Amino acid sequence: MSGFPLTSARIACHSLTKSYGSKRALDHVSLQVAAGEIYALTGPDGAGKTTLVQLLAGTIKPDAGDVWLSGHSMRANPGEARAQLGYLSQGFSLYEDLTVEENLRFFAEVRGLTGGTLGERVDQTLEFVGLEPFAGRLAGALSGGMKQKLALGAALIHQPGVLLLDEPTSGVDPITRQAFWRLLVALLERGTSVLLTTPYMDEAARCHRVGLLRAGRLVIEGTPEHLTRDLAGRMLEVRGEPLRAIADRSQRLDAVELVQLFGDHLHLSLQPGTLARVQAQLLGEASSQGWEGVTVEAVKPSLEDAFLALLETRA
Amino acid sequence: MMDAAHLVIQAQELTKRFGDFTAVDRLSFEVEAGEILGYLGPNGSGKTTTIRLLLGLLLPTSGSSTVFGCDSVREAAAIRSRIGYMSQRFALYDELTAWENLRFYAGVYGIRDPHVLEAICERLGLTRYRDERAGALALGYRQRLALSTAIIHEPTLLFLDEPTSGVDPLGRRKFWDLIYNLASGGVSVVVTTHYMDEAEYCTRVGIMHHGRLMGMDTPSRLKRMLQDATLWSVRAAPPMMALERLEKDPQVEFVLLAGDHLRVHTRQPLTEDRLRAKLAGDSIQLQEIAPAHPTLEDVFIHLAQS
Repeated sequence: MSGFPLTSARIACHSLTKSYGSKRALDHVSLQVAAGEIYALTGPDGAGKTTLVQLLAGTIKPDAGDVWLSGHSMRANPGEARAQLGYLSQGFSLYEDLTVEENLRFFAEVRGLTGGTLGERVDQTLEFVGLEPFAGRLAGALSGGMKQKLALGAALIHQPGVLLLDEPTSGVDPITRQAFWRLLVALLERGTSVLLTTPYMDEAARCHRVGLLRAGRLVIEGTPEHLTRDLAGRMLEVRGEPLRAIADRSQRLDAVELVQLFGDHLHLSLQPGTLARVQAQLLGEASSQGWEGVTVEAVKPSLEDAFLALLETRA
Repeated sequence: MMDAAHLVIQAQELTKRFGDFTAVDRLSFEVEAGEILGYLGPNGSGKTTTIRLLLGLLLPTSGSSTVFGCDSVREAAAIRSRIGYMSQRFALYDELTAWENLRFYAGVYGIRDPHVLEAICERLGLTRYRDERAGALALGYRQRLALSTAIIHEPTLLFLDEPTSGVDPLGRRKFWDLIYNLASGGVSVVVTTHYMDEAEYCTRVGIMHHGRLMGMDTPSRLKRMLQDATLWSVRAAPPMMALERLEKDPQVEFVLLAGDHLRVHTRQPLTEDRLRAKLAGDSIQLQEIAPAHPTLEDVFIHLAQS
């Protein structure tokens, strides 16, 4: 079973299944990521995100199904398949008592690079991740953002066509995250395929495609535009005081399917074609109920709105 | 000026240094009863240190704080009996049932009446699961159980540390509905989080960066710090080339990459035509330019850069 039919995908898996004892961690998951594409895998803790990434990286074996990286089957040809791959795991570790450059040389040797090629790759990687000025600094003395760049550099030292990232930006500040994303976009422009897991919906929304894992199954998949399309023209953002009273009142309107309360606003999901009517109803209520500072504005649905609507209808 | 009796938390020039590292730098803010305050910042920005200072678990280097009007240093015991704390790593006993966990925490606070425990189970939707082992509960229910152990003694101030990290949008929504119910019953809530979008659930948000409080206001007023026509969404190919071109422009403050589009922050309000002209030429294919709505992340970066 080494000839997976859709070979244009850089990352492909078919019907991947994995159990730990009686617990099914992953249940018949299939997905594909094309060259130059970035795919976000999201879902609650324990849904199977890390298991899926470990299976794609070949660090654990599936009970059923297979993985193909640039067309090489992980089952039939694991060495070839892994050679295609850069992998940044959660809690990646670097050698803190080695310098930045020594770390990269070490990972280059692990990847079988030698002689002039090795030196050239280390230099290119230092330049790419922007750590040239810090080549001689001990890894242990780097800031969090720089450590992360070094770890990415180590994963990229053999110029893999596939990059797997397990929650690469958890807990880092937005500026560091921004610097990390710049590196990812530069990689995508070179044609690298990237699959990342993220707990952040706003980060997932930046990717070309998003998949939501729940209890080991891939329950929703698509581009952010596609996933939010159903809700387009059906979302209102409402502000005003008292917000809780406005929320309760909105809940009772026929055309309102879902009310989400936030700190200083509401999101209402509406039945199709009722936007103008609900807007008028709420503004009418505002004057009769004496609500203050009421604004009712049509907004674009977010990925979180879309997932919530899809999960609610399935619950 | 607010009467001090309405203030749940008051911090004045609160500062904590560890050696030559300033973890919290001259922090001043107030929290009123019934507020849900989001305390937003990346790991290491000083959020946890602030909470520990407020609760008297750490001594400040300088400055002072009060909680319920009690001094954080001298009256820490009085403060701690009136607060609840839920950590992102729930302190539950996995081998005990939900009910046994609850009974244990109730015992810590000297609460013996089973009706109190039953009422809290009912309120948090845990009655059906009270005889399940805590370790066997789904994450959403573990989270509710952790919340129930934090509020069993009816605190009037609740600290939540990254409360919904790792749950899906549905679980997050249900959890926040519980928090809003507590808040409407008069409980004040302080939520520490590094999730920009979780801060949207708070009535007011403080933004922490390198130990400094860079802004504290409602989410919508924070976003209004970014002037109209200074934030644009640009779709162009190749994005890196468009980004480099824009960053060289003196009118452009900074450019964020957001997957297939760029978010361009400008120093002054610009027109679409001016922005379009900056990207003119053969090498860049411009697909879309539109004004963008600011997010809390835009606000964070705006404040952190300035």
